[in-house]
Amino acid sequence: MSEYQLDQSVLKKIDQWAKKFPKEQPRSAVIKSLRFIQDHYGWLSDRQLDALAKHLNIPAIQVYEVASFYSMYHRKPVGRYTIGICDSISCMLCGSHDLMHYIENKLGVKPGETTKDGLFTLEEVECLAACTKAPVLLINGKDYYENMDPKSVDDLLEKLSQGDS
Amino acid sequence: MTNAIKQNQVCYRTFHLDQPWSLESYEKIGGYKIWKSVVAGEIKPDFIIQSIKDSMLMGRGGAGFPTGLKMGFVNRDKPGQKYLVCNSDESEPGTSKDRFILSKNPHQLIEGMAIAAYTMGATVAYNYMRGEFMHEFNQCEKALQEAKEAGLIGHHVLGSKISIQIHNLIGAGAYIVGEETAMLESLEGKRAMPRYKPPFPANYGLYGKPTTVNNTESLASIPVILEKGAEWFKSLGTEKSGGTKIFSVSGHVAKPGVFELPLGTSFKDLLKLCGGIRNNRGCKAVIPGGSSMKVVPGKTMLGAEMSYEGMKAVNSAIGSGGVIVMDDCTCMVHALTCIVKFYRDESCGQCTPCREGTGWLHEMLLDILSGKGKVEDVDRLVDVANKIEGRTICAFGEAVAWPVQSFIEHFRDEFVYFCRNGESMISGTKNGK
Ligand SMILES: Cc1cc2nc3c(=O)[nH]c(=O)nc-3n(C[C@H](O)[C@H](O)[C@H](O)COP(=O)(O)O)c2cc1C
Ligand code: FES
Repeated sequence: MSEYQLDQSVLKKIDQWAKKFPKEQPRSAVIKSLRFIQDHYGWLSDRQLDALAKHLNIPAIQVYEVASFYSMYHRKPVGRYTIGICDSISCMLCGSHDLMHYIENKLGVKPGETTKDGLFTLEEVECLAACTKAPVLLINGKDYYENMDPKSVDDLLEKLSQGDS
Repeated sequence: MTNAIKQNQVCYRTFHLDQPWSLESYEKIGGYKIWKSVVAGEIKPDFIIQSIKDSMLMGRGGAGFPTGLKMGFVNRDKPGQKYLVCNSDESEPGTSKDRFILSKNPHQLIEGMAIAAYTMGATVAYNYMRGEFMHEFNQCEKALQEAKEAGLIGHHVLGSKISIQIHNLIGAGAYIVGEETAMLESLEGKRAMPRYKPPFPANYGLYGKPTTVNNTESLASIPVILEKGAEWFKSLGTEKSGGTKIFSVSGHVAKPGVFELPLGTSFKDLLKLCGGIRNNRGCKAVIPGGSSMKVVPGKTMLGAEMSYEGMKAVNSAIGSGGVIVMDDCTCMVHALTCIVKFYRDESCGQCTPCREGTGWLHEMLLDILSGKGKVEDVDRLVDVANKIEGRTICAFGEAVAWPVQSFIEHFRDEFVYFCRNGESMISGTKNGK
């Protein structure tokens, strides 16, 4: 059986990123490499972590301990879109808990769960540094949606669902 | 008078321009002039350090350490690699300010980083952004590319002997990365667990080399201070707080927003800029510097001035400049629970008092919210907070202890009422989390 390989396009990005650090510090590239892998495959499986360790020539434990520490990594499959709802103080003061309940009811899932159609995973996230535009939603760990209310949530979910078809 | 307050004089000075993030816009307002003079040898490192000291710029990341003093900690003539790290983690709840420097004025940050790196004798600088800042990261990458193509950054800057490499980085989600030694661990590709100090980063930093970590706003202030003079910058503020500070005002104000204002602006004027408390309600409480700082009763804040000494006078601090405003419908028990939950989730788990204590605090508060609280719990909360404070490797311990202590100090009645009656003193508050 041939050994598992990460996709060439991902390896290229990893190698490019590693150039930001001294040659003798390949470990520094782990944090972003895992995000490249996740962007490509959707989540992080054990064999991908092992393959990354091998590629960077570092012990696998150094990859695993990072993957389990930072909150943006998914160690389980998630929906096509992750919906993060900020539940820190400024968003909470501006109604994020009500918004969370609204979305829970609308999608029929709780934080940490994925809708049956595999489209949405709901997440509670911490302050996103967009507090003056509370409440704030984060899609796929990078796209900000600010000053949200039930109406704008409806529009957003509609847009995302259609983008999928 | 509110409209007399001059805004956006330092880090946000490009914001009125079309495409404020472009090299063209930045050069239009005199950008990179100072860096060019430094490269040409017209401005010397000693002068830079002295100017920053004289300007009274204090670290804008939260701790308020004098930036000029820190610049002098690394001996530039000592041989060997040194590093400058820009802390763009911006994760303190209530804080939303560095984000706009990164996306709208990245060249000024690049210039500030280049000057600071050169001054300390570092040839490599990293700008570490929080994991969610993909847009900001892309803006910084574009700007860096422009600066490199213009010969301003890279090998042999503008044909000189000076080399400065700047790298933009992005994280993967963890509040603790913002603590400077945790950031160094993360840069090394490890879990972001703060290091014991000493040794301090100036002696043993990234990869064990002398390193300086500065906040984004601190670094982006440097070119303007050197261009307009330390005296100019200092005189914008008060006797003890030089210059400007960016305040991000969130919560129950009519028009939340981000404002770069002279230090010493009264809280009343800041509130006016935000259209006052929303729905004309009363100002119950304010956390002036991000959720780690102590809460201040609204009445006290209305007479206070937004400066280092002004916030000290009301027993709190400017911190990161994240001003969180609560109106008189806010249930302080719910608000504190929300804050404590954040610290529980974000504790890196390294120190027992913090790892266990944040959990205890949160569980006790959840008990109170669910009607199972006892009046003794109020003192117990303070007791646990006191036992976390000062017993952790980094200041995360204080960051959770201070809100607990101050909420209960100022709003004890509400906590006691909730324990006695199993419901909030503030009518209409739902049993949220
Ligand atoms: C728990 C914790 C979180 C922190 N988060 C940040 C942050 O997000 N951004 C920041 O600039 N400084 C943060 N700091 C402060 C840094 O440790 C450090 O003091 C700062 O980056 C130094 O830069 P300055 O002197 O320019 O402020 C944090 C500190 C602690 C203890
Ligand atoms: S509290 Fe939600 S973005 Fe800061």
